[in-house]
Amino acid sequence: MNKLNTKIPDGPVAEKWTKHKNKIRLVNAANKTKLDIIVVGTGLAGASAASSLGELGYNVKAFCFQDSPRRAHSVAAQGGINAAKNYKNDGDSIDRLFYDIMKGGDFRAREAFVYRSAEVSNFVIDQLTAAGVPFAREYSGYLDNRSFGGVQVSRTFYAKGATGQQCLLGAYSGLIRQMSLGKVTLYSRRDMLDVVIIDGKARGIITRNLVTGEIERHSAHAVVLATGGYGTIYYLSTLAVGSNASAAWAAHKKGAFFSNPSFVQIHPTSLPQLNDYQAKLTLMSESLRNDGRIWVPKQKGEKRHPNEIPEEERDYYLERMYPAYGNLAPRDISSRAAKERCDAGYGVGKTGMSVYLDFKDSIAKKGKKVIESKYGNLFELYEKITGENPYEEPMRIYPAGHYTMGGLWVDYNLMTSIDGLYSIGESNFSDHGANRLGAGSLMQCGSDGYFVLPVTIGDYLADDIKTGKIPTNHAAFEEAEKHARDKIIKLLSVNGKQTVTSFHKRLGKIMWDYCGMVRNEEGLKKALKLLSELKEEFWKDVKVPGTMDELNQELEKAVKVADFFELARLMCQDALNRKESCGAHFRDESQTPNGEAQRIDEEYSYIATWEYTGEDKDHNLHKEPLEFECVKPKARSY
Amino acid sequence: MNLTLKIWRQKNAKAKGSFVTYKLEGASQEMSFLEMLDYLNTTLIKKGEDPVAFEHDCREGICGTCSLYINGRAHGQDSMSATCELRMSRYKDGDTIVIEPWRAKAFPVIKDLIVDRLAFEKILEAGGFISANAGAAPEANSIPVPREHADKAFDAASCIGCGACVSACKNASAQLFIASKVSQLALLPQGRAEAKSRARNMIAKADELGFGSCTNTGACEVECPKGISLAHIARLNREFLKATL
Repeated sequence: MNKLNTKIPDGPVAEKWTKHKNKIRLVNAANKTKLDIIVVGTGLAGASAASSLGELGYNVKAFCFQDSPRRAHSVAAQGGINAAKNYKNDGDSIDRLFYDIMKGGDFRAREAFVYRSAEVSNFVIDQLTAAGVPFAREYSGYLDNRSFGGVQVSRTFYAKGATGQQCLLGAYSGLIRQMSLGKVTLYSRRDMLDVVIIDGKARGIITRNLVTGEIERHSAHAVVLATGGYGTIYYLSTLAVGSNASAAWAAHKKGAFFSNPSFVQIHPTSLPQLNDYQAKLTLMSESLRNDGRIWVPKQKGEKRHPNEIPEEERDYYLERMYPAYGNLAPRDISSRAAKERCDAGYGVGKTGMSVYLDFKDSIAKKGKKVIESKYGNLFELYEKITGENPYEEPMRIYPAGHYTMGGLWVDYNLMTSIDGLYSIGESNFSDHGANRLGAGSLMQCGSDGYFVLPVTIGDYLADDIKTGKIPTNHAAFEEAEKHARDKIIKLLSVNGKQTVTSFHKRLGKIMWDYCGMVRNEEGLKKALKLLSELKEEFWKDVKVPGTMDELNQELEKAVKVADFFELARLMCQDALNRKESCGAHFRDESQTPNGEAQRIDEEYSYIATWEYTGEDKDHNLHKEPLEFECVKPKARSY
Repeated sequence: MNLTLKIWRQKNAKAKGSFVTYKLEGASQEMSFLEMLDYLNTTLIKKGEDPVAFEHDCREGICGTCSLYINGRAHGQDSMSATCELRMSRYKDGDTIVIEPWRAKAFPVIKDLIVDRLAFEKILEAGGFISANAGAAPEANSIPVPREHADKAFDAASCIGCGACVSACKNASAQLFIASKVSQLALLPQGRAEAKSRARNMIAKADELGFGSCTNTGACEVECPKGISLAHIARLNREFLKATL
């Protein structure tokens, strides 16, 4: 357990970060220029970290698989970014933001980390504003805030529905500036295949140049992973198609522990799957639930057009089951209820896997104009994709995988269990417990990247000022490169009959059915069996066309899917271990009489941290007890 | 639905490319355009042929990764829409669809329908930022920005960097792309300090990289998936003029 020293400083939670900053070692400006840092991933976390490290004087190498850092998936965050500015004078504070995140995470996150993000959040807004992010403003010229994610205060900064894009472009412009100054070198169109460990320290990475196919070695004194989440394990999710777990998984196999892998947030209002060729699910803003009523027909297998189904034959199941909240029931509750109805045979649409979201009553009551002014762009988007007009007939929606709270274990310095290997943003597990509060992901990315990592990394690098350049001809580079190359050769040599995507779809379905919104022991055990059979089939019958020495998109996919098989197994193991329900993790066996998640604090108030022990072997579990000094875990009630 | 697809195939940057015709059976109007290409690739892989390389990522019109010239239009025939937002319901059974990569000297083809757009990064490196180090930023509300300016800055900033403007322009000019950044930062007080050098340097860099000049045809505005207005080019020209006076 020595490896898992959290390094959380003593003292009151509100003083920890300041105390820590005052105590840790720093690297002086002249010495920083002798140190190289690799940052993998250029989303809000990676771009802000790379630019801030460059500003400090370190030599940074930034990597992304996209053609440009500006395309990283932070770009798609819609809703906003939280900060405890209290601009609305509505009683907000760092303490309150901290508490809301802890509660949203169903008391499965570390207090010290959450407090720090909340504390730093205000500076993130200052920094992004200074970088030219056009956040929404009031007529006074001051910044506007809105209420988001069911909290009582208005603390969410936003830029129309494109907050993620604007925040990312702000951080990206800082990255671009450091590139122009020669402090950051960009390596785009690169997949990270492995991390290189020398004498127990992360000293570099192995990448594949996605244009030439060349396997490359890159060395540095420290490596930062900002590689995002792994929601694409479900195949269909709200994530960008290219999002993947491979960099984090490679680190995991080299000794970086993985925490709470089964904690996945499911978003309740996505467009449903329309056909078998669908590549992703489009998110529709949750705000639609303010005016739409959710229902399914009372009769199983109903074939009539929704407009022909009379009122008394409709089941407004959320209003029926949760009268106090009705259609605004929390994300996980409304997601599970939709699944329950569809599984029971009441689902609608061609696939039977969707429910109606009906605006008829709101339009009748408030008028079409009002509804149009609120949701016009969303209705247009819906009509564009489905060909159905939501003013005339109900929308169809279904839940979709959205955000992974689980990720690489990190200590207070954001260092993983491998010395010199850091993990920031969604790729780590640190801030969101068992469920993430709305507008919390951009906040964490900005906090980690701009203000936490650039400071804490110095504590480690202080030992390296005399090390000199790390040579890439060390045996560890040799071995890691060979390992990466062998895996690719193996994938190409299977030469079977089934496409990579067909395997990914089947893998996704197993995970969605048994390790998605609702889990139980029987299903998870079944999933483990199915996964192992499918993995075997994959390695016997996958078809990866082309060669490794060229731009080969099928090969890129194959590498990612191969890793997903292994991660999927761990997710199921983690979900199986945690017999309680908490946040987004819902175990059938652990629910209150009215169907809500039932935490079991006496047994499961811990972070489940997993150690890799070899392929197809069970992971070792390390339990890190959660200690609550400030908040008292409470049951959620709706 | 059955389709005839004429697709630009090019093995790599050095190879000579050409159009290849594919008869695609069993596509559906429920597919997105890119899902139709996914489907084509599945059939090609099963036949042992090389799938068509094309770029995409978010598939919801915000990352700017997708491109494609479709029947002579950047991002296809729909306005205010990226290729990933284009639906096959816009086509009918028996249609012939011609699919090409962006064509511009500064965007060389890497493979099939994928081009290299790093030239955009180079333009931005010449000044597409505010030089604000982390830690030095003043309190966010210390500088009020008139709402009208903030909204216009947002409109300019909504650029997704896809390159449609360049590919639609007969001069392969990057003026709308440059204008979106220059205009955004010129409208904000935080960006004024560097406004002069920004306009000058970004334009000089675009010239150097082989992008053409702007002759105000307006094709870029028509094809821009975010509807960025030519008014931003006017603002860029004013900034440029001020910078050179």
